[in-house]
Amino acid sequence: MNFVEMRDISKYYGNVAANSHVNFSVQKGEIHSLLGENGAGKTTLMKILYGMTQPDSGTISVGGKKVRIRNPKDAINLGIGMVHQHFMLAAPLTVAENIVLGYEPKKGMFFDFEGAVKEIEALSEQYGLKIDPRAKIQDIPVGQKQRVEIIKALYRKSDLIILDEPTAVLTALEVQELFGVLKGLKEAGKTIIIITHKLKEIMQVSDRVTILRSGEFVCTKNTADTNPNELAELMVGRKVHAMEESFGGDVDESAPVFLEVKDAVYKEHKVKKLNGLSLKVRSGEILGICGVEGNGQTQLIETVTGIIKLRHGKVLVRGEEVKDPTPLRMLNLGVAHIPEDRASRGLIKDFPIRENTILGYHRRRQFSRRGVLNIREMNRYAQEMVENFGIKVGSIYDPVSSLSGGNQQKVVIGRALSQNPDIIIAAQPTRGVDIGAIEYIHEKLIEMKKQGKAILLISAEIDELMALSDNIAVIFGGQIVAQGKASEFDERRLGMLMTGYGKEEKEHGSH
Amino acid sequence: MTEFLAGLGTLLSGAIRIAIPICFGALACTICERGGIVNIGVEGMMLAGSFGGVLGSYLTGSAWVGLLFAILAGVLFAAIHAVLTIKYKTGHIISGLGINLLASGLTTVLLVSLWDNRGKSDAVASLGTINIPVLKDIPVLGDILSGHSPLFYILIVIGVVMWIVLYKTVFGLRVRVVGENPQTADSVGINVTAIQYICVLACGAIAGLGGAYLSIGDIGLFSRDMVAGRGYIAMAVTIFGGWNPIGAFGGSLLFGVAQSIQFRLQEVAPVQIIQMLPYILTILVLILVKNRPKGPAAAGKSFDREAG
Repeated sequence: MNFVEMRDISKYYGNVAANSHVNFSVQKGEIHSLLGENGAGKTTLMKILYGMTQPDSGTISVGGKKVRIRNPKDAINLGIGMVHQHFMLAAPLTVAENIVLGYEPKKGMFFDFEGAVKEIEALSEQYGLKIDPRAKIQDIPVGQKQRVEIIKALYRKSDLIILDEPTAVLTALEVQELFGVLKGLKEAGKTIIIITHKLKEIMQVSDRVTILRSGEFVCTKNTADTNPNELAELMVGRKVHAMEESFGGDVDESAPVFLEVKDAVYKEHKVKKLNGLSLKVRSGEILGICGVEGNGQTQLIETVTGIIKLRHGKVLVRGEEVKDPTPLRMLNLGVAHIPEDRASRGLIKDFPIRENTILGYHRRRQFSRRGVLNIREMNRYAQEMVENFGIKVGSIYDPVSSLSGGNQQKVVIGRALSQNPDIIIAAQPTRGVDIGAIEYIHEKLIEMKKQGKAILLISAEIDELMALSDNIAVIFGGQIVAQGKASEFDERRLGMLMTGYGKEEKEHGSH
Repeated sequence: MTEFLAGLGTLLSGAIRIAIPICFGALACTICERGGIVNIGVEGMMLAGSFGGVLGSYLTGSAWVGLLFAILAGVLFAAIHAVLTIKYKTGHIISGLGINLLASGLTTVLLVSLWDNRGKSDAVASLGTINIPVLKDIPVLGDILSGHSPLFYILIVIGVVMWIVLYKTVFGLRVRVVGENPQTADSVGINVTAIQYICVLACGAIAGLGGAYLSIGDIGLFSRDMVAGRGYIAMAVTIFGGWNPIGAFGGSLLFGVAQSIQFRLQEVAPVQIIQMLPYILTILVLILVKNRPKGPAAAGKSFDREAG
């Protein structure tokens, strides 16, 4: 029986159809993936189901009855819960307070905090979701925040839980944990919808998959009857290259070393984030940095882009030590930066696309003289970049926040690559970007490598590292613990090295 | 010894008198910002309260009716701020500044039209002071607890009630979430707008009482711009107190003590330097105390469901 049935749903924002005559149904007790590129209308469809926005036409039935869902409260009362991509949590409050919010237990006139804690402990026991109800949200890691959101949905007695891009913020290990939790919920009779654009995950966890493209319904398939290549084609609407292909190769050992880090040490809150890290990147090489998030990747990026100052050790560009590195100095030495988080370091979201294309380079003669901006040149330059990098924009004067994630990333990458850098620090270059754009960004990076640039690639996606890198260095505890040709590694070996297993073997022998 | 105790008593009772209006202002700001609305208009709301108090007392001859007028005046100005910031999503600072200018101008115009005087009103009935028998004769303690305007006791009740509401009730939990992350509150079906209106209007009522303390609390007259920056100091005290009602008490009392000592020291050192003391103290504490609580994260940003 269909638990939820959405028929002929249309939703327009201005003239743009976010959803156009979409049909979508979910059976009770299944894990159903909703697949599509960014901007395909997945989130809009689910926001309609959760009452956060109203459809312009179409009908929704839940449990066989036609319903109107005017706001989240209506949805919650129908047994629908949603875990948003950006968590809906108040950071200074406790886990318990966040979970019961809106449906708080009372004791007389007062809020019954202890009662809330007890109820959550019971839920946590029942579904095997470990959590400390008294901890503050600001003190727990991302994976646990997501768990809080799931418990929140369970506390509201949700039978259907919608998860919007649940794995985008998780490490590989946390993803596996999450999938375990989801399968457990399914066994307990809950229905799950996952919004995603990651094909591997769909194959691994879901029973059925529905594909949306440009706001339109494409088809619904049993996961068992399909494969990643077919899904990719259905999602993008054309053939795409599979990521299994490898573009790495041998690096010319006589090529000059463009970027070198020697014995870098950096402390944060008394913890050594970089602990004697050394690496070299040659002209015409892509060096991939592989590791579990939080092992010093961020500090490595910030070191070679001049954002933080090392306690000890040095950075060399083209063989010369950089004295007192600052972001401006590194930029002027030809080190381009594709930051790991485009929202906080890459773009000023309310600024026009035009301004964003020259951020950091605005001092160059090309764009300003004596502090006065050359508007005509900025217009020309932005227009050219939009064309060169195939960035889909209405106009270069629109705020960059009006673009999809993939196109925002293209602005960041276009900016970094257009000023002819020698060295490119590419941190999570395809995070939150759809397949079409991933393909494009990969091509660009390979093109840059062929031009003789040195590229330091930091990525959480092992597939991406394997596909692009010539050499791979594994980072663990602020050190490089293993390094070699990409072809010498496989996923299993990397997984062990990333978690520090290989290092122990090497230094202390196995226990 | 007796002399020392008497001196200490006078110092503390003076400090409390200085602290009372500031504490009203700080409590007003606290509830407002907890709901996510920044209110530099508290200065103007207090001024409206001062005038309302005198007007009510003048019209009816009763200072207690004046107090009601003060609350109404504060609420009226708060309502303007609420509609502008919540409904029309105006910048909170702009709206607050507008409230201050409007209050200053309007009270002056009314002063002239009612009493034909640009500087001050006629004398009206004041609330006077309450002396608690027995208690008032105990040294120091008597000075602290007795001999104050009735508004002192009202202030304590408001502070305690506000603390209980914020931290012990469901409504308070919802207020804190609204100030922290209105999208979160909205996503679980909490009526963000309603909570914000309640907070801003409560703020207006409390600010109005603080203003009334200055005009009919003791002396019984209104003089032009008589709040004289206390609203702004109250905003600093709000931060100082970590957006917590109990902290607001502590902060305003510290300021009151500094001010009170300052009066005494004026005989021994140049006045201008001594007068800076309370402000320097406030700045020093704000800089030096580490791990001060952060304010409500969403304060100052108007909530817009569609933009979320």
